[in-house]
This record gives sequence, C-alpha cells and structure tokens, in this order.
Amino acid sequence: MTGAASPAEATDFFAPDVPGETKVRKFNINFGPQHPAAHGVLRLVLELDGEVVERVDPHIGLLHRGTEKLIEARPYQQTIPYMDRLDYVAPMNQEHAYVLAIEKLLGIEAPYRGLLIRTLYDEIGRILNHLLNVTTQAMDVGALTPPLWGFEQREKLMVFYERASGARMHANYYRVGGVRQDLPEALVRDISDWCDQFPRLCDDLETLITGNRIFKQRNVDIGVVTREEAMQWGFSGVMVRGSGIEWDLRRSQPYACYNEMDFEIPIGLNGDCYDRYLCRMQEMRESTKIMKQCCERLLKTPGPVLIEDNKIAAPRRGEMKRSMEALIHHFKLFTEGYRPPAGEVYACVEAPKGEFGVYVVSDGTNKPYRVKIRAPGYPHLQAMDWMNRGHMLADVSAILGSLDIVFGEIDR
Amino acid sequence: MSWPATTPELGKLGRAILKDAKGIITTSEVLYGELTLTGPASRIVEALTVLRDKHGFQQLIDLAGADYPERERRFDVVYHLLSMTRNLRVRLKVQTDEDTAVPSVVSVFPAADWYEREAFDMYGVFFENHPDLRRILTDYGFHGHPLRKDFPMTGYVEVRYDDELKRVVYEPVKSVEWRNWDFLSPWEGAEPGYAPIPGDEKAIPQVKDARK
Repeated sequence: MTGAASPAEATDFFAPDVPGETKVRKFNINFGPQHPAAHGVLRLVLELDGEVVERVDPHIGLLHRGTEKLIEARPYQQTIPYMDRLDYVAPMNQEHAYVLAIEKLLGIEAPYRGLLIRTLYDEIGRILNHLLNVTTQAMDVGALTPPLWGFEQREKLMVFYERASGARMHANYYRVGGVRQDLPEALVRDISDWCDQFPRLCDDLETLITGNRIFKQRNVDIGVVTREEAMQWGFSGVMVRGSGIEWDLRRSQPYACYNEMDFEIPIGLNGDCYDRYLCRMQEMRESTKIMKQCCERLLKTPGPVLIEDNKIAAPRRGEMKRSMEALIHHFKLFTEGYRPPAGEVYACVEAPKGEFGVYVVSDGTNKPYRVKIRAPGYPHLQAMDWMNRGHMLADVSAILGSLDIVFGEIDR
Repeated sequence: MSWPATTPELGKLGRAILKDAKGIITTSEVLYGELTLTGPASRIVEALTVLRDKHGFQQLIDLAGADYPERERRFDVVYHLLSMTRNLRVRLKVQTDEDTAVPSVVSVFPAADWYEREAFDMYGVFFENHPDLRRILTDYGFHGHPLRKDFPMTGYVEVRYDDELKRVVYEPVKSVEWRNWDFLSPWEGAEPGYAPIPGDEKAIPQVKDARK
C-alpha cells in the first residue's frame, strides 16, 4: 500500500536483479461505499496483485438500523412494517416469513383466499427482484437497454402492489391470520392480463443478453460455486440451484398454496454467474405461471382473506361504527395487542434471494423477546472472499451482481 | 420423512441424536413442531460434527445470540441446522456468559464466520479460535453491544456534521428519553416501568404517611 506511511520507492517498480522485468507491488483499493456496482452501501477492501484479486474484505453495516432491537420494543402487530424495509426489492416475501412465525406461535392459519393472495404477491415480489437483479447485472457488465425494459415492467408490478396495499414498496399488507384486505376483481384481472404479456418481455430480454458475446465473456465460468461449497457456506435460493442442487422451499417445505401450484424449478449445471442468470430468467417465467394460476383461483373462490378472530385480526372499520364489541376489540388490539404463548419458533420462506427466515422468541408478553432475521444475502456476501480469489478486478462486480445483494436485509 | 415432520417423528430423531451424542447433547424437546436440542457450550464443535456427519444436517442456516440478563449464564447461542437430504430442521442451544468463550464452529461450518462475528458484535459473546473476531454491523469504533437488554434503545452517542470542524462529530445523546409505550393491559393502567396513561394519577389511592 502506498501512502504517507510507506512511500513508493524506485525499487518497488524495477526489480534490480532481473533486468527488463517489472516488479508489481500489491495494491489495496476501496471498492465503494459509493459505487454504482456495489448495489447499495458496501465497502470492499480489495487486495490486488496487478489486476488479480488476492483477498476481499467486505465491510458491511453501513445501513445498520438495529431492526432487531426496534422490534423487541413494539407489540407484534406494529413490527410487521420493519420487514418491508429489509429487502426493499421484494418487501412482501419478508412479511410472509414473519407472519408465518407469529401464526405458528399462535397456532392459527389464514383462510384459503388469504393464502392465495399471499402466493400471488410472493411471486410478484420474486419477479420484482429478479427483474432488478438480472437487468442490473447486465448493466454492471456494460449493457444499458435491459434495465430500461425491465424497469418498465417493475413499474407495472409496483402499481399492483399499490392497488392492493396503498404503497408501492413498503406495503405492510400481510397480517397475522391473512392479509389486510381483499383484492378487487379488476385488479386480479389486470394482474392476469399482465401475466399474458410478460413472457414476451422475457423473450426480448433473452435475445438481448442470453446469447450476447460480451455478456457471456463476462459471466461464463466466473464465480463458480460447487455443490459442496454451496452446502458448507450456508447458501440458499438461486445460489444453490445454480450449482445443481434441487432445493426450493416452495417445493420441499411448502407454505401458503404452493403445494397445489404447477411449476418447475430451474437448476443450473456449472454454478457460475451465467447459470445463475439463466435460473433467474427461467424462474420469472415459472413465477408468471404461478401468478396466472393464482388469478384463476382468486376469480373463482370468493371468501374471507383474514381470520375472523378479533382478538388477533382488527375488526373492519364499518363494523366498528355499529358494534361496541368491535370498538373494544380494536382498542385492545392497538394498545395491548395479543400475547402469544411463550416459546420459540423459526419460520422461513423461499424469498427471491434464498431462504429468508425469522427466529422469534416469545416470553408470553405482547412484544417479541428476541427476533433474529436470517437474511439470505448475509452468507452469500460472506463468500465474496473465496469466490473472488484469482479473478480479475472487473469480475468483482459481475460476481457481486450474481450474488443478488441488497443491503437492507444484510445490514438490518 | 416428509415435510412437515410430525411431533413423534421429531421426538424419535431427538432420542436418536441423544443416543449418538452422549454428554455432548443433553436434552431434546419438540415444541411447535420444531426440535430443540441443548448441550454444554464447551462441546459445541463435537455436537455439530455429530449432527453433520451422522444425521445429515449439512447446512448451518442461522446462528443467533439471545440475552437473558436474569440468568446466571445470560447468553444463549442458537444454531439452526438444515438437512437438505432428509428435509429436516433442528435447533441447538448452548448457554454462556460474558467471560466464557464458546468454541468457534468455523471448522465445521465455514458459514459460521460472519454469524459469530455478528453475535460477538451484538451481544459480546466470545468465540474461541475464531479466525477474525471483529465487529461487523456496528460503526467503526463503536462501544458496547447493542442487542443486550441493558443497552438503551437510543444508544449512547449520536452523530452530526459539524460545520466549523468540517467533519462528522460524535456527541452524547441529547434527544428525549426513549418512551416505552407499552400498556401490557390498557385497563389496569400504569405498571412500574411503563408510561402512565393521562388521568391515572386520580385512580391511585393516596398512601398515607404513617409518621403523620
């Protein structure tokens, strides 16, 4: 490292014993915290030998907000919005894991239509995430058009979020025992129509990047993860599927309505950045299939979307205008909340980035005693060091892109 | 065994693990459809090795700390394992205190590296033989362990940009005290340590001083 402490000397650059040979010193450089390819606030300290990466030391925590501490100080119901702010690219998937954990403690299950809506919005979240990841990965290696096309579709999906929950990103839509409110029929039809046109955009995106020579040169055989490594390093989601492990929580430990949906799970062969890209592309098509099936079922099966028990789910506003009991329930629920029995549970969902889990310890009061959020990106980013060793500096951004990192969930 | 495993199946698995790991894993319990094991902290490396090699739990999914200040050994370290081949999960808990280090399990599961750094950062749990036990999530030069129950919600320092010094400065927290709006029961009003509801003072019977 050059600097005031160790100024460069002439012998550093010219090895005196071998005439004509240039001696290259090792360099430490900072990648980030403000770098467009760092996908947020990540500081990587890279140790380089020429242009070859020898060591990567990720410094994280620049977005640490103490979510887990904040959750410990609030009644259960008021902590759901914190989940949106973790992986803000696919907010509702996080809410899902959290409400599943509380439902497990309380021993309740959402009504069927509520589960269908959750399945639908989980898949919207998956496409939101994969569109962002696939297209910005293309941008990191030099292509500008994919993000423009992808973000147009993301915008439409965010409007679906807004029409269901009132917010484009931080939805706070899932509730313990269901979802906040029912979807209007027009919205379900619009989502269904969107599903019909979306595969065409996938085709268009693929004609741009899948066979693209530059994209392949930058991604094929870069950042290879073997099956054993994926296991040892606690990988999940596309990071294990890209390495050829058939593992998807939607299939192996199904929640919501996934056990009745017809969909395939794409598997990679080589475990490199390119295979992970292909998996994500294919997963978007499969998600569209699931969404379509959800829409069909939603149009056929009316019913409640939230459990009727007013000790847990808030009574409707209209009901409160007439019923004294509903008013009392409302007041009790929003001051005291509910008290799950003491115990500890771990609930997880297949979030777009991998296994998103929540470990909740209840001490029998109205606030969680301890909440540990298991973010999928955390172990993935940890692997930056060994994945990058021996690669060139330019590959760092390609590998980082294929890890699918969002700092909201890693730093918590 | 298919998902979700039933309580008897998990109970059977728990007994089988106890038999394989005598003295390393001491109790097993099935609650909420999840298998929880406990054992002595000093033998955690052996315990995880048995679970990985004999019972097929290939992945360390999560490692969490937890703080119970009223206990003699106040910290829990909780390991969540996943078996992809058997489609099962298991939780292993060990206890420790502020001074006793827990052996690091990086040699069994490399993924434990950052998780242990996080537990150290958040709770001050030490891990023996960890290759690089630095803070990970908190600020450079941070003092204290924020997820401990005795760490205040507002923290001790706050930052602002000082226009005269032309840099960010750290100062003791000046903002209002954290208000704990927690009515464990809105009907009964204030309990010690919680914020009172306006008007509560009228309901509290005036205690007469015996000396008067």
